[in-house]
Amino acid sequence: MPMDVPMVEVEGAGMVYGTGEAAVRALDGVDLAVRRGEMLALVGPSGSGKTTLLMILGCLLRPSAGEVRVDGAPVAGLAPAVLGALRLSRMGFIFQGYNLFPALTALENVQLALDLKGRDLDEGADLLHRVGLGARLNSYPRQLSGGEKQRVAVARALAGEPGIILADEPTAALDTANGLGVVELLHELAQAGRAVVVVTHDPRVAGLADRIVRIQDGRIAA
Amino acid sequence: MTGKRHWGMGMAGLLGWRNLAHDRSRFVVTLTGIVFAVVLFTMQVGLFLGFQDSTTTIIRHTGADLWVLGKGARNFEITLPIQERELYLVRSVPGVERAEPLIVQFVPWKKPGGGDESVIVVGFDLNSGLAGPWGLVAGDAAELRRPATVAIDTLFADKLGVPGAGEGKEATVEINGHRARIVAMTQGIRSFTTSPWVFTSLRTAFDLTGFNEDRSNYVIAKVAAGADVTAVRDSLRAILPRCDVYASEEFAAMTRDYWMFTTGAGASVLVSAVLGLLVGAVIVAQVLYATTVDHLAEFGTLRAMGAPSAFIYKVILGQAVISAVLGHVLGIAVSLLVAKGSEAGAAVILVPLPLAGSLFGVTLAMCVGASLVSIRKAMTIDPAMVFQR
Repeated sequence: MPMDVPMVEVEGAGMVYGTGEAAVRALDGVDLAVRRGEMLALVGPSGSGKTTLLMILGCLLRPSAGEVRVDGAPVAGLAPAVLGALRLSRMGFIFQGYNLFPALTALENVQLALDLKGRDLDEGADLLHRVGLGARLNSYPRQLSGGEKQRVAVARALAGEPGIILADEPTAALDTANGLGVVELLHELAQAGRAVVVVTHDPRVAGLADRIVRIQDGRIAA
Repeated sequence: MTGKRHWGMGMAGLLGWRNLAHDRSRFVVTLTGIVFAVVLFTMQVGLFLGFQDSTTTIIRHTGADLWVLGKGARNFEITLPIQERELYLVRSVPGVERAEPLIVQFVPWKKPGGGDESVIVVGFDLNSGLAGPWGLVAGDAAELRRPATVAIDTLFADKLGVPGAGEGKEATVEINGHRARIVAMTQGIRSFTTSPWVFTSLRTAFDLTGFNEDRSNYVIAKVAAGADVTAVRDSLRAILPRCDVYASEEFAAMTRDYWMFTTGAGASVLVSAVLGLLVGAVIVAQVLYATTVDHLAEFGTLRAMGAPSAFIYKVILGQAVISAVLGHVLGIAVSLLVAKGSEAGAAVILVPLPLAGSLFGVTLAMCVGASLVSIRKAMTIDPAMVFQR
């Protein structure tokens, strides 16, 4: 893939929830391209459409209008199973509520993602070492602090070395020190050649981003 | 691919197992539900088998190969008398080693403390080696040679008002207006009709039942070594037009089918067994559905990550299989204990090992079937939900 092709992009993306009088336009004519090595922060008030845009970029939501392309290829006609496979191979997700599997240890949470991607499970320990959790491999999520849980989530998102990392409010539940640690980690991932998109209200995240995109009433604000 | 594979279960199996076992109290509730379901239907099926077994217990223990009885009878307990000449005809057929009369008759039993019970007198030829009592735990069957002596089963001693019989205590009773002495006790000879068996000699049976000595309910026959039972049976049918002739297995099957399928008694046990199965299936469906619903958010995460449907199927079906194995093992263990305890009662519950094995298929089918309902729930989750919490 040529270096100048965006890793993920939307063109004229619109999203309407509901129908008739109950219809709500969450996104309207958004054009956005995220390139390799770039950390992009999506900011804006609550309900502005940031998370909707993130879900569309992550192929979790089909837009009502416009086109989504991953590595330059449109995804509109792909079946749900193919979209799932695309997410699995090209994307890593980090959720506000961590979404770890409580019955699995930190290592097993990462190994589960590796297993899904057909990778060697031994890589799990390496990934957790990379995010500074080498000493907590066998801890369950309930035994970890919020910052540690989010680091496990980052390690899980990195399983299989996906090119695109999509994070939804990754520091919202963290204190200052832990939040900063996670933000720096995401920045490092972008510097290592990934495309990182972060939805955030956190000025620390925005401060480290290569580009800030402000969403207002479903549109990109000037 | 290399690396640890978690005891061959794969990550899907591991997640299924951990989802079940992680919350101990939830796991106990789930297992309890499945064990209860397994015990419920095993008990019902075991009770059905126990009843079924009790319908043919005398036939199976007589040692006879062939049964000659009045035309049209459909079970062991109720038959019309046949004449002595039939006995001699049977003895005349080549291939018959020996043939003896057998009396089986309902008569009233007056309890020593007052009150009446119905019993079934089984009068047999003490010299024939056919149709005598088995499982003696007190007294001596040879004592039955004495006039007016009988053997009863310990299971029915209380019911018949002779609780101390067989424990060194002399027990004289009144049967159909005749006095008789209990000289032997058996253990475990049950009666489907709930009327206890009373074994006695042919001579005493004539007195107790009021049968003329040229009458009996049956002629039972043993064929000679090397003779073909079916061929002998056919020969007997040819010369006994006023009688029915059956091989033992045929007669047992006819009696069993009569009691189990053409009377309300057997049908009610059968319906209970089927209801036990249905109730068990509903319980299992509910507990496994609840287990999946408890983890819906995690299935949403898997779908958001892009996990293929097969992986989610494996997780949920893995839970079902693990639940089935553990629930079945524990359920059968409990059932075997209950079945063992039932041996001392009038209604035995039979849980033979082949039944325990084959019921695993039922347990597995119930668990997997219940899981299929919950799979639909897991597969229809919108993966975008993970961003909407």
